Amino acid sequence: MAERRTHTQAGDAPLAQARDPDARAVAEAAPETVPDDSVVGRTVTIDRPRQELYAFWRDFENLPRFMENIERIDVLGPDRTHWVVKAPAGTRVEWDSVLTEDSPNERIAWSTTENSGIRHSGSIAFRDAHGGRGTEVTATIVYTPPGGAIGKAIAKLFQREPKIQTRRDLRRFKQLMETGEIARAEPPDAAPRA
Amino acid sequence: MRALTWHGKHDVRVETVPDPKIVNPRDAIVRVTSTAICGSDLHLYDHTIPRMQAGDVLGHEFMGEVMETGRGNTRLKVGDKVVVPFVIACGACFFCKKQQFAACDNSNPADEADLSELLYGYAMTGAFGYSHLTGGYAGGQAEFVRVPYADVGPIVVPPEIEDDKVLFLSDILPTGWMAAENCDIEPGDTVAVWGCGPVGLFAAQSALLLGAERVIAIDHHPHRLALARSLGAEVVNFEEVHVREALTEMTGGIGPDACIDAVGMESHGYSPDNVLDGIKMAVKLGTDRPHALRQVILACRKGGRVSIPGVYGGVADKFPLGALMEKGLSIKTGQTHVQRYGQKLLAMILDGKIDTTFLISHRLPLEQAADGYRMFKEQQNEVTKVVLKTDAAAVQ
Repeated sequence: MAERRTHTQAGDAPLAQARDPDARAVAEAAPETVPDDSVVGRTVTIDRPRQELYAFWRDFENLPRFMENIERIDVLGPDRTHWVVKAPAGTRVEWDSVLTEDSPNERIAWSTTENSGIRHSGSIAFRDAHGGRGTEVTATIVYTPPGGAIGKAIAKLFQREPKIQTRRDLRRFKQLMETGEIARAEPPDAAPRA
Repeated sequence: MRALTWHGKHDVRVETVPDPKIVNPRDAIVRVTSTAICGSDLHLYDHTIPRMQAGDVLGHEFMGEVMETGRGNTRLKVGDKVVVPFVIACGACFFCKKQQFAACDNSNPADEADLSELLYGYAMTGAFGYSHLTGGYAGGQAEFVRVPYADVGPIVVPPEIEDDKVLFLSDILPTGWMAAENCDIEPGDTVAVWGCGPVGLFAAQSALLLGAERVIAIDHHPHRLALARSLGAEVVNFEEVHVREALTEMTGGIGPDACIDAVGMESHGYSPDNVLDGIKMAVKLGTDRPHALRQVILACRKGGRVSIPGVYGGVADKFPLGALMEKGLSIKTGQTHVQRYGQKLLAMILDGKIDTTFLISHRLPLEQAADGYRMFKEQQNEVTKVVLKTDAAAVQ
């Protein structure tokens, strides 16, 4: 397999930050994508060893601890998971996902299966940070604005702001890994204030 | 419990709100005995800081007794007497490990961090009772407070020491100290301090302790200037003289070696730039009124140092960038890395090298906190610091 393109053509900046990422470049970055896909990327530095972060993420059942819109992920087999995601108005959306890459301590990628009804894929990459600052963790989420009836619910879920969701999830992942807890101003079950 | 809550511009009330509880393993619940109103609380009172919500509990200067600790807290014991830093810092991230606690990357909840990331490029750190920009944490002008990362921040103080001697370790004493430290004071230096509020007075005191030969304090409230003089500073009343010319003359034409802006975004005075800034703030064309900072930059000697503990939140016009560059000034600023200074300053208080009680002009029960805000806002000459006492203080 050719080396995956992760950077812009004319510089060293990540592809996800390109002003106008061309379709071919997106396809190279995430081979599962089709031309209309959108790509969201964000990097944080987490002051923990790469091995520890990889191991935590590789156990998909851990992800709902910091991904707030995910209710539960069931591990169905070595490379297959079932996702239960909170959708607006108390509904749920579910799909199956398969592991498309597992490079220990470096990169994990996953993608929805063909019969899932939605297209959603993501990857998480771990690199040693410069200057002994821990690990640079890059999340890349590729999603297709879906059509159809079920698509509308999902559209709200992902199109609302996949960028914001990814940003917040990564912040929570960092908090959990560095401090052992997720920062909250109020208890998670607190009633909204009038 | 009873707590001081914010409801809008110049509308704060003491109300009954739910008691806080342990949320995360490293939390503690502190029963407050003493809590102060900070000059920066007046920015909230005047509603010049965004992201306030009705019902927010204010207050970030507080101390009391540990009532309960989470299962992950191995450091504090129930019954410990603690002063709590206003900055909430995790102790584990890159910034905390560099002792830059006010830049902690983890304490602002993920959902609250978006706006400050948009405004400033990177998310702000969590703080008690200081808007949802800094996390929306309930503050300390209350009977009880939940303290996150309680194994990092709280300073354990001797049980017999009076609250009033150590309360200001929570914010204004280390803020004044860091402001002076940021001046990189050298022997023979003259340090000029704009603003003789609590931070300015503590900055003046700290500058002398850190070896400044002279401190010149600038304000217009006679009582505040008198306090500065009692600490050993020379004083300048800006209503009486042209500040910049006076400073130049007082320093033999050289100018102060270091200048501290302890005024911040709501500068007083009727100079043309400040009147214009006031109009811009009123019509939302500008957010900050940096009259003092402009004067600081113009007054500072060539190659001098500027320290800004005063709070700013947004953008400002007519910033004297040319003077800054052409004179080769260096600037240090920022919210205070309180956790860095706690032990050192506590030791200096216990040794009698630093006294902070001179500042307190008024002690009120928590129930009268709203009056305290009004007095602090309207009578700045006489009201230098308001300390609120809870019922728990009475039984101590």
